[in-house]
Amino acid sequence: MWLVVRLAWRNLWRQPKRTLLTTGAMVFSNILLVFMISMQFGMYGLMVENGLKVFTGHLQIQAPGYKDDPKMRLTVPGAASLAGEVRQQDGLLAAARASTFALASSEDRTYGIAVLGVEPDHEPEVSSLPGLVKEGRYLEGAAAPEIVIGSTLARNLKVGLGDELTLLGSGVDGSFAAAVVDIVGIFDTGVVDIDRSISAIPLETFQDVFFMQDTAHMVVITTPSLEHVAAAKLVVEDLLPPGGEVVVHDWDALEPGLKQTIKADISSAVFTYFILVVLVAFSVLNTQTMSVLERTHEFGIVMALGLKPGRLGRLVLLESGLMGAMGAAFGALLGGLLTWYFSVYGFTYPGLEEMASQFNLPGRMYPAVTVPSVLLGPAVVFLFSLLATIYPALKLNSLRPVEAMRAV
Amino acid sequence: MNHIVGVSAQLAWRNLWRNHRRTIIMLGAISIGAWAMIFLTALTQGMVTDMVKDGLSVLPGHVQVHHPDFRDDPTIVNTIPVADSDLEAELAKGNFTAWSTRVRVPAVVMSERETRGVTLLGVDPEQERAFTFVDLETIDGRFLEAPDDRGLILGRKLVETLETDLGKRVVIMSQDPDNEVADRGFRIVGVFRAELPGHEETYALIGKQTAQELLNIGDRVTEVAVFGDDFRDVTPVRTEVDALLADQDGIVIQDWPELDRYLGTMLSAMDGFVLIWVIVIFLALSFGLVNTLMMAVFERVREIGVMLALGMKPGAILWQIVVESMLLLAIGLAIGNTLAWLSILPIRDGLDLSIVADGMEMMGVSSRLVPDLRREDVVLANVVVLILGFLASIVPAWRASRFDPIEAITKVE
Repeated sequence: MWLVVRLAWRNLWRQPKRTLLTTGAMVFSNILLVFMISMQFGMYGLMVENGLKVFTGHLQIQAPGYKDDPKMRLTVPGAASLAGEVRQQDGLLAAARASTFALASSEDRTYGIAVLGVEPDHEPEVSSLPGLVKEGRYLEGAAAPEIVIGSTLARNLKVGLGDELTLLGSGVDGSFAAAVVDIVGIFDTGVVDIDRSISAIPLETFQDVFFMQDTAHMVVITTPSLEHVAAAKLVVEDLLPPGGEVVVHDWDALEPGLKQTIKADISSAVFTYFILVVLVAFSVLNTQTMSVLERTHEFGIVMALGLKPGRLGRLVLLESGLMGAMGAAFGALLGGLLTWYFSVYGFTYPGLEEMASQFNLPGRMYPAVTVPSVLLGPAVVFLFSLLATIYPALKLNSLRPVEAMRAV
Repeated sequence: MNHIVGVSAQLAWRNLWRNHRRTIIMLGAISIGAWAMIFLTALTQGMVTDMVKDGLSVLPGHVQVHHPDFRDDPTIVNTIPVADSDLEAELAKGNFTAWSTRVRVPAVVMSERETRGVTLLGVDPEQERAFTFVDLETIDGRFLEAPDDRGLILGRKLVETLETDLGKRVVIMSQDPDNEVADRGFRIVGVFRAELPGHEETYALIGKQTAQELLNIGDRVTEVAVFGDDFRDVTPVRTEVDALLADQDGIVIQDWPELDRYLGTMLSAMDGFVLIWVIVIFLALSFGLVNTLMMAVFERVREIGVMLALGMKPGAILWQIVVESMLLLAIGLAIGNTLAWLSILPIRDGLDLSIVADGMEMMGVSSRLVPDLRREDVVLANVVVLILGFLASIVPAWRASRFDPIEAITKVE
């Protein structure tokens, strides 16, 4: 066995430049693949986490139909106590939330905004919004007449901490609802659409103003990480009152766009990767076809001495395998180092910041160096190098020793 | 000179086919590379074009005029301090594809069952027709007919959410400049569909004059939108608007790349992406190309030695190898370009991506991807490959021309 490996290794270095160039093509592609795949994994993870942690959470309990058509009267009865029951479960955090649209008027201005009714004690556990209060404080009293609003909205309404806002809307029964609340906090998420249009008041105040009794529109649940979502969904489903009055949705159902964006991005990336891999395969095909043709004379002699074409084929495959292994090793190593550098110092390019803010992401990307993200690309390149060698290896079968020996 | 070029081209052609397997494999690699360069670029360009067009279809116009504070505080207080009739008179002098003046304010629409926040647009239907996001073909009921039309147009999704219907009445609530509530009942006369579902939820359209009366703003508007022929080049429109409205105070004129930084950067970053993509593919190819040329030279050491010994100038040898390389690239590019064109042809009306429609909408793209094959990109790809290919073939060619004739002739394989 070692003899064959040594033979293959020596064969490679009979044409050192050719071998180096072919290996170089592999290393080049592998570095790119490692970097791009790590970048993608890093980005998808952030996209999902950041996309969900603002409002959505990992799971939500809702009335059936509310997800597609958030109507005021599609409520979850006893939402706060249901949220309490979910919190009893290991690792799960939950908060009840209600939501409606209302007109918010200050002394000078009026805007239509979304008003959330939240549990001040539990909302910070399921949403990143309370942590983004830059002025004043988050809601405290369970039934206090207070509100937190976004920074853009505050500027547009020309209000500050301590000012009053009048909320006008309709209650769950369609009747007229109004309340006067004090601004106790102003948050700044950096996403203008959120800062312009979202506000939160305590859930009990909400229930009072909009005649909701003990109902709310959703119970938002977060799990320790995305891998726990499926199991947690089953646990929560067991807690629900029978009768199908309420259902549980996971984040994928709540934000179908998120997974689809990732899918669309993956498919365009896979196309790019595939082209790179195919080009490397052509390089290998070229090199190995040439190297087999050059050795026609030599192969003719060893076949005349009794060597089976199959063994020669395996030798040629082994040569490709050695080149592929070198390419994979150096590619993974250099690609890994490059990616690791960027995972520490961050990476950006013109336009990235604008693109990233669309998905609520930071302007510098940090690729995730993981074992699969480093090994996946090189492994595929290795495999395709072997596939590309099948044609030259099969050509050996049609070699006639006598004719081959005469070839120059 | 012509004669020499002809001879080298002929020689190069014959040399290529001396080892037809190698040439075919290399041609395959170059063709696939060129195909990928052009095909993917056309798809990406199509996506970006679509994104920008959809972004622009939310009524912004290529160049817009506002009150300086309107962008930050889009309320009725910040109307343009120039009478609409004066604006229209000025704009009519310009040579634009289309233009319109609008009232755009946040408002609340209330049905018997539901309340939603919307963006209320007061428009002159004649001015808007050419570029509205409302699909005039599939509208239920009718579109607005005049600036003083009393009807209301809502999106299909919003109508469903409000549990109302065509012909029913809803209340629109907003504020006038004195912060008094301005409200009125409207009959829904049209329900529109839009390519981006978001638009169906966000916008409510009424006549411009009706809006001015409702909001108590006299002959004022909040927004002027001007369209040119090409959204990629807004400078001519911008210059003309700047000139026409130079005398007016208290307004700010902006073009869309300023208004929407995201789309603006996307479009300008695209050219960079195309170049990077082309170079990456070329680099992956270049290893094979250099390899092929090196082998071709290596096999012909003796022959080159003979030619040198017979008095052929080293420069001519170098030229010979470079011509071979360029010929190889040119044939590969021709095949690749044809393949790209052939693969874009069947999908030129668009690739259906509705399986990932929600995701595409998050990126601001509709679910039909129409490839945008642009001449500049094709030229760029081909020229970059030829230039870089030329550079890559210089080294093996130069080395061939430096052979010592005697050593070369006596070299045995």
